[in-house]
Amino acid sequence: MNMVIRDELRFVLNDEVVVLKNVSPNDTLLDFLRLNRRLTGTKEGCAEGDCGACTVLVGRLASGGLTYESVNACIRFVGSLDACHVVTIEHLAAVNGNLHPIQQAMVDHHGSQCGFCTPGIVMSLYGQWLETPKSDAATIEKVLQGNLCRCTGYEAIMRAAEAMGESSNGDDKLVVSHEAITRTLAGLKDGSRVEVSGPEGTFIVPASADDLADVLEAHPKATVVAGSTDVGLWVTKHMRDISPAVFINNIADLQTIAEDAHGVTFGAGVTYSEAAEWMAAHIPTMGAFWDRIGGQQVRNMGTVGGNIANGSPIGDTPPPLIALGASVTLRQGTQSRTIALEDFFIDYGKQDRKPGDFVAAVHVPRLGKGEKFAAYKVSKRRDEDISAVCGAFHLTLDEAGLVQSVRIAFGGMAATPKRASAVEKALMGNPWNEASIEAAVDAFEADYKPLTDWRASAQYRMLAAKNLLKRFYLETQGEAVQVVRHSNAPQMAEA
Amino acid sequence: MNTQVKPSSTEISGGVHKPRRHDSAHKHVTGTADYLDDMNAPVGTLHGCLGLSERAHAGIRSMDLDAVRAAPGVVDVLTARDVPGVNDISPSARHDEPVLADGQCQFYGQPLFAVIAETRAAARHATQLAKIDYEDRPFESDVVAAMAADYPHVTDPLTLAYGDAASALDSATNRLQGEMRIGGQDHFYLEGHIAMAIPGEDDEVTVFSSTQHPSEVQHMVGHALGVPSAAVTVKTRRMGGGFGGKETQGNQFAAIAAIAAKKHNRAVKIRPDRDDDMIATGKRHDFHVAYDVAYDNEGRIEGLDATFAARCGFSSDLSGPVTDRALFHVDNCYFLPNVKLASRPMKTNTVSNTAFRGFGGPQGMLGGERVIEEIAYALGKDPLEIRKINFYGENERNITPYHQIVEDNIIARIVAEVERTSDYQARREAVIAYNKTSPVIRKGIALTPVKFGISFTATWFNQAGALVHIYQDGSIHLNHGGTEMGQGLNTKVAQVVADEFQVDQENIRITATTTEKVPNTSATAASSGSDLNGMAAANAAQQIKVRLVAFACEHYGVPEEQVSFVPNHVQVGNQMIPFPDFIQQAYFARVQLSAAGFYKTPEIHWDREKGQGQPFFYFAYGACVSEVSIDTLTGEYHVDRADILHDVGRSLNPAIDLGQVQGAFVQGMGWLTTEELWWDDKGRLRTHAPSTYKIPLASDKPKIFNVELAAWSTNSKRTIRRSKAVGEPPFMLANSVLEALSMAVASVAEYRVCPRLDAPATPERVLMAVERMKKA
Repeated sequence: MNMVIRDELRFVLNDEVVVLKNVSPNDTLLDFLRLNRRLTGTKEGCAEGDCGACTVLVGRLASGGLTYESVNACIRFVGSLDACHVVTIEHLAAVNGNLHPIQQAMVDHHGSQCGFCTPGIVMSLYGQWLETPKSDAATIEKVLQGNLCRCTGYEAIMRAAEAMGESSNGDDKLVVSHEAITRTLAGLKDGSRVEVSGPEGTFIVPASADDLADVLEAHPKATVVAGSTDVGLWVTKHMRDISPAVFINNIADLQTIAEDAHGVTFGAGVTYSEAAEWMAAHIPTMGAFWDRIGGQQVRNMGTVGGNIANGSPIGDTPPPLIALGASVTLRQGTQSRTIALEDFFIDYGKQDRKPGDFVAAVHVPRLGKGEKFAAYKVSKRRDEDISAVCGAFHLTLDEAGLVQSVRIAFGGMAATPKRASAVEKALMGNPWNEASIEAAVDAFEADYKPLTDWRASAQYRMLAAKNLLKRFYLETQGEAVQVVRHSNAPQMAEA
Repeated sequence: MNTQVKPSSTEISGGVHKPRRHDSAHKHVTGTADYLDDMNAPVGTLHGCLGLSERAHAGIRSMDLDAVRAAPGVVDVLTARDVPGVNDISPSARHDEPVLADGQCQFYGQPLFAVIAETRAAARHATQLAKIDYEDRPFESDVVAAMAADYPHVTDPLTLAYGDAASALDSATNRLQGEMRIGGQDHFYLEGHIAMAIPGEDDEVTVFSSTQHPSEVQHMVGHALGVPSAAVTVKTRRMGGGFGGKETQGNQFAAIAAIAAKKHNRAVKIRPDRDDDMIATGKRHDFHVAYDVAYDNEGRIEGLDATFAARCGFSSDLSGPVTDRALFHVDNCYFLPNVKLASRPMKTNTVSNTAFRGFGGPQGMLGGERVIEEIAYALGKDPLEIRKINFYGENERNITPYHQIVEDNIIARIVAEVERTSDYQARREAVIAYNKTSPVIRKGIALTPVKFGISFTATWFNQAGALVHIYQDGSIHLNHGGTEMGQGLNTKVAQVVADEFQVDQENIRITATTTEKVPNTSATAASSGSDLNGMAAANAAQQIKVRLVAFACEHYGVPEEQVSFVPNHVQVGNQMIPFPDFIQQAYFARVQLSAAGFYKTPEIHWDREKGQGQPFFYFAYGACVSEVSIDTLTGEYHVDRADILHDVGRSLNPAIDLGQVQGAFVQGMGWLTTEELWWDDKGRLRTHAPSTYKIPLASDKPKIFNVELAAWSTNSKRTIRRSKAVGEPPFMLANSVLEALSMAVASVAEYRVCPRLDAPATPERVLMAVERMKKA
């Protein structure tokens, strides 16, 4: 293919178009802001995307037009920002120094104490307020899942968030500049491949999925970076060199969500946030489950494809997707192959992905009529935590009430996300009742030999796994057996 | 700042007892509040990164640092040999904490060397290239294992005794024994440790440090450099959180930055990565508590013998006073007629534990509350009933295990009020009824009180200084020895000064804490910040006022009683003189418009050998009712509601105090629930970043969170405007969350058995306790 190659990166930073030729693949947005631009309002708290002190908004031309999302600047690579609009805390206050309504609400309600997390909290709230100024407590808590505050106990921040709902966003800077920024970003997105090389390595931003295929044929050992919620830490924590890096987070034809009678196909670049709506609407319990993946910033960056491609045994999406019978399409050059998701995970750190292969899409089937499904995550902290145990159950009963098919998959129980085939076998053909469950739970010990680590002991993981099957059974009987914070909490439902 | 508004002559803005916003609030929300890493660093600033040990206990045969030195951007690699003064930053004067390890490492993560490079990234990359040859030695990372292995104490233990515990236990009506494990806690200040040293002339150096204790940093830097304290200036504008974690733990970074800065005559900044910060700096002490209690059939305690062993880490740091304070708070609000309490500050091969909000008090108090809980379950009563029957009396039954008389007891009133406003009794009945019909989800409710002693137990720390200047235009420069870490200390002290002079707070410029302006300060710790510095600032203001009054009398020919400071004016006879005009007159009359204030807390004394005295000037009180739900299948839980009534005396600033109470409670809740420190079998801490160490989120705070200050309270002692300290006491209100979880667990066995739920009560601990109950 005769691809036009651009050797510079172009994006908008607050009010200014930034053109960079000298960027390393390892450069993070946070360091760029703080060290290169002296925009020090954005803070580094953890450098791993967990505390939110570095929260900024990134606007991009998504399928629905210009969209601003909160992201963690500490693990966002500068190279991934081509044709984006980066908005920092410095952009909020008016030219005359007047505070933005969110900032004013934070001051009025004593929402800051030490103040270090505050810019990040303001930015997370700002992202939500732009979407809709008035939000309920459950929504605000969700928006703030990725923002740690150690001083206030959050009560004052919640009051401030409530108060921000009193101000309309109609004349906000980003609302007013929407058309102009859209035009600017469209102009920057010129259809060329971006390839920037410097002394510290090379990064490439392919122009399309086909271009990505070409790039990976030429650089089969390249680091493919989608949301960078994992790869970001390779750089900030393990100080690994990711060159040549290929940033795929802003490739339109990898971000498609295609629905048909069978189910849905998510392009590999679809973020958790983008997939959330379909999941919540079509798969019981998945709305609430999905909201517990990372924090809001991580959901805005991270992709379903990346969660699969990195092969982690504790990723949140593989267990429910395996239980649902999802498949994954891998592409190399012009060749594609589609395999069952469970077959993709071979062993710890080993997937069915050859050099040059990339995850192109994930296919999730709809539930059939009468099928029951639930996904559960157990973690030390309810939100923004990594699973100790993550289990998903997919059940079909025949007319006599016997188990006709059952798919159970767990994360955190083995070296890979894995089916509980012995438990499934123990349940198959049996009546769906307490006695069958009691008879089946011990089969978990044949399926899994979990580890003890800082998230949980082996003993706890095994007991929790068994009890999640009991929970699933009780929920299919219509019992409410989960601790509920807000009334829009998970409800068992049938498709 | 708004200077357009004409100063009011009826009321000043920002006086005392007003809900004034934090003085940096505008800067916080706009990102313009400068933390140390935001400051413009001098041209040529170098960056440091510490190389940490990868053994819990080992001799160091050799360190091959050639590859480190050869790495791009590296300027120098410092080891113990490069310390020009004394290789020690122990705050306890026990000389047991090297700046850089020399010949051996005593915990996994101990700093061995420091890389100094042109950029922070270069320093971090190079640090990984070191090859250390270790000679492995046996180690213990757990406090109980350390006791079993006969590990030494890092500092002298303490025993408190009152009455005759042994006889009381021998003649007990009822008697029980038990044990409790209490986990530690990482501070997780959002701004990690950081220091920047700028070399000066001769032996001088200026160090910017994110520290709660600039004077100690000054002394430690001087010590390590081998120069007098007078050569070292330390400055702290603000911290992004401290919580005790920056009381002593900043010394290391400051000392190394200063050594490198002097060696290379360039500014040096050290900002450890979050993981290194959590691995290499101390935390709240984990405790093991063993108790033996005698009690009558009503639940009144007859005698108590308890031992509190703490995981202190490899060196003493502040473990002596921390374990002492644990013992000082075992009694909490309860009279113990016969008691013997012993501390065991155990050495372990872990990072040296340090100050953390409450300073051992929370662990002591939690152990004491476990005893109350045990008695309640043994007698089949509501723990609140046991609490009330054991409360200190107001005029009798009021002597503590350290022989101080509790003179200001208001706990009965506090508890009665929160019991009523929270509808505790009806809700407890509802919880019990709910549990009868709910097989999987169980609820629990608990009311726990707090009494917390205010003052440093090291009496000499209870002193403070302040410096107040009035300039010719009437604007006021205020400096004091305390540090601002988000607690609003600067705001409160400025309110005091505004109140003294009766000027709007906008006229008062609060400036960075520096050892140049106020010397020999104590750490901003022990909740003492506004008590000590507010008084010192008031004293400085009063000195100036005395001079101003004398001037007015002479200048206007009026008696003293005709001169008064009224809002934004000075009234002399019938004349109202705007404050700036009056100050200008005073200047022309050559009145000294500057004063250094001083304060020392009266009445207190403490004889540690005897275990007797009056270590605390007064007590702060509070109580909380928490209600929780647990899932008995997974151990997951949720705090449904918390109702708090807390005593801050006459609040200097109710808005700031309320924020302190809310924040302390949630932080305490984190300590007792999801915040778990976990060491592996190599003695390596594996929960050293927010990805693995889980502090509360917005979605963890109590869903219903009613927090009130006891508006009727006042301090019976003459503290600053009769207020009380607020930083630490409300942390322990969260004890109610642990006990409520415990009650929900106990419901599984019909409340017949005390679940002995240890802390932190992670979902795993809750579920395992549920399993125990099923077998009970």
